[in-house]
Amino acid sequence: MSAPTITEDRARSEERARSFLGRLRSGDEVAYLITFLAAASILFVTGWIVFELFRNSALSRHEFGWSFLTTQVWDPVAGRFGALPFIYGTLITSALALLQAIPLGVGAAIFLSELAPARVSDALTFLIELLAAVPSVIYGLLGVFVLIPFLKTVEPAIRRVLGFLPFFQGPFYGVSVLAAGFVLAIMIIPFIISISREVLLAVPGDQREAAMALGATKWEATWDIVVPFARKGIIGSIFLALARSLGETMAVTMVIGNDPKIHASLFAPGYSIASVIANEFTEATGDLYVNALIELGLVLFALTFLINGMARLLILSTTRKGSTQ
Amino acid sequence: MKKLTCLLFAATMLTGMVSAQVLINGAGATFPYPVYSKWFNQYHQKFANVQINYQSQGSGAGIRQVTEGTVDFGATDGPMNAEQLKQFQDKRGSAILHFPTVMGADVIAYNLPGISQELNFTPEAIAGIFLGKITKWNDPELSKANPGAKLPGSDIIVVHRSDGSGTTYVFVDYLSKVSKEWETKVGRGTSVNWPVGLGGKGNEGVAGQIKQTPNSIGYIELIYAIQNKMAHGNVRNAAGKFVQPNTASVTAAAAGALKDMPEDFRVSITNAAGKDSYPISSFTWLLIPAKIQDQSKKKALIDFLHWMLDNDAQAMAEALDYARLPKAVVAREIKAISKIQ
Repeated sequence: MSAPTITEDRARSEERARSFLGRLRSGDEVAYLITFLAAASILFVTGWIVFELFRNSALSRHEFGWSFLTTQVWDPVAGRFGALPFIYGTLITSALALLQAIPLGVGAAIFLSELAPARVSDALTFLIELLAAVPSVIYGLLGVFVLIPFLKTVEPAIRRVLGFLPFFQGPFYGVSVLAAGFVLAIMIIPFIISISREVLLAVPGDQREAAMALGATKWEATWDIVVPFARKGIIGSIFLALARSLGETMAVTMVIGNDPKIHASLFAPGYSIASVIANEFTEATGDLYVNALIELGLVLFALTFLINGMARLLILSTTRKGSTQ
Repeated sequence: MKKLTCLLFAATMLTGMVSAQVLINGAGATFPYPVYSKWFNQYHQKFANVQINYQSQGSGAGIRQVTEGTVDFGATDGPMNAEQLKQFQDKRGSAILHFPTVMGADVIAYNLPGISQELNFTPEAIAGIFLGKITKWNDPELSKANPGAKLPGSDIIVVHRSDGSGTTYVFVDYLSKVSKEWETKVGRGTSVNWPVGLGGKGNEGVAGQIKQTPNSIGYIELIYAIQNKMAHGNVRNAAGKFVQPNTASVTAAAAGALKDMPEDFRVSITNAAGKDSYPISSFTWLLIPAKIQDQSKKKALIDFLHWMLDNDAQAMAEALDYARLPKAVVAREIKAISKIQ
C-alpha cells in the first residue's frame, strides 16, 4: 500500500524540483529584476536625499538666493548666512590632501604591485587596509596630539624657506588649514594605495612581457606600459579618496580651528562644510538657521557631484586619447 | 496542571507589573546630563515603577523635540524665547513650564607660562579680549586688576566653542550685559559670529586648545575646569568684587537675582546683584508641558519634581560639582508645580 505512493511522491517531487531549478537556471528575467531593483534602490536613495535637502532648505534658498554661495558672513544671531568660507575651506583642505596623497599613494601602489617581493607586498597591503578602517576621530586625536606639535616645531623652518609666499604668512597657532590638509592626506592615502594596487595587479602579464621582449627595462615597462594601462582605475581611486576628504567631519573639525573666514595663509584657521554642520546642527535654534545648515549640505552634495562629473570627463578624455595612439 | 496554574499566575503578575510601569522620555541639554542620569537612576531604584529615559542631545534638540511632542519633557541651558513659547502653544495647545534644576557657570581659563596665581578679570577686560580690542597680556586693563602678577607682553590667543552650546549662550549673554558694543556687534546665541579666535569642539576641545597653546584664553564649563584642574581666573561682579567661581558663589548669584525673577523662571542670572555672586552663572531648566493627558505620567513627573527639589537630591547634585538651588527658589518652584494640569 505504501510502496507505490512513496515512489510516486518522490517522482513528483523530483519533477517539481527539476522544473523549479530549470526555471531558475533559465531565469535571466529573475536575475535581471533582482539586480535591477538593487541598482534602482541606489538611484532612489540618492534622489531622495537631494529632494529632502532641497525641500528642507526652502527658507534659506528663498531668503538668500544664489548669494548664499558668494557671501562670507556666517552670523546665526543676526540670521545672515553665507557658504563661501566653508566652500573654500572644504576645497583647499581636500586639494592640499590630494597634493600629498597622490604621489605617495600611487608611488606606494606601484612599489607594492610591481617591485616589492610578494611577501612584503602582502604584509604591507594588510597594514594599509587596516589604516583605512581606523575611525576618523582617532586621526583627529593623532592630529591634535602628534601632528600639530610636530608642525609647531617645523613651522619656523617652513617660514624661513617659503615665507615669501602669502600661503605661509601670519601667526601660526597649530590648528590650521595646513594641519587639516595633512590629517586628510594621511586618511586618504590607504584608499589610493589599496585600490591602485589592485588595478595594477589586474594588468595582464603579457603586457609587461611584451614590453620587456621589446627591450624595455623593468621600470620602463612599469611606467610606460603598466601604469597607463591602469590609469582609469588609478584615477578612480583618487576620486574615491577625494570624496572621502570632502565629506570628512570629525578629524577636520578637531584640527582646522573652526573659523569661518577666508585667509590666504595656510597657517591660518579655516572651516569646512561638513564640520560646521556637525558642530552647529544640534543646537541650531530658529527655522532659518536650520535651513541654512541643510542648504550647506545641499551645497556639499552638489560640490561632490560636480567634482565626480569632472572626474568622469577626465577619464573619458584620457581613454579616447589612449585608444587612438 | 499545577504547573500551568503557576505559570498563568506568574504571567498575569508580570503583565500587571508591566502595565503599572510608567515610562517617561526626555531629551535636551548635555551640561546637566551627569546629574540627571544619576537622579533618574536613583529615582528608579526608589520607585521601581517609574522609569525616566533621558537623551542628552543638546538644548536646541530638547526644545525641538518637546515642541514636536516626541518626548514627554525637554531640558535646556537657555530659556525658550517668546517665539518658541508661541510655537509650543500653537502645536501642543498648552503652555510650557520652566523648572530650574541646578546651576552651572563658565570660567575664564588661560594658559600663561610663569604665572602661578589666580588672575583677576574685569568685565571690560573680558569683553575687550573677546572683541579683539585687547590683544596683549600686559594691557593696562589686565595689569591694573592684577598688581602682583608679571604679565608678559605677548599676544593673547582667544579660544571659543565651535559647536552650538549652552555654555556659549551663558558667556555671550554675560558679555551682552556688561558691554554695549558686544550686544550690538555680536549679540546672544548658542553660536555667534566671533570677532576673533579659534574654535574648539566641546569643553574638551577648548580646554585642549588652551593647554596646548601658551598665552591663550577661553571660557569653559566650571565643572569641567574643576575636574580637569584647569587654571582659571576670578571675575569682578556687579558689586565690584572679584569672585572666585565655585558652587557657593554660583548659588549666591541665583539668590542675588531672586528679586528680578519672573513667575515662569525664565531668567538669566548672569551679572547678578550681591557681593558674593559669581557673574557668569546660569540655571539649567526642565521643560514640562503645562497640560499632560496621561494621568500616570503626570503624577510621576510631579512626584519627581518634588523629589528633585528636596535636600537629598540637591546634595547629590552638589557632590557632582553642580551648584544647588537657593532655598527661596525651591520654595517658589514647589508653588509652580501646581500649574501642571
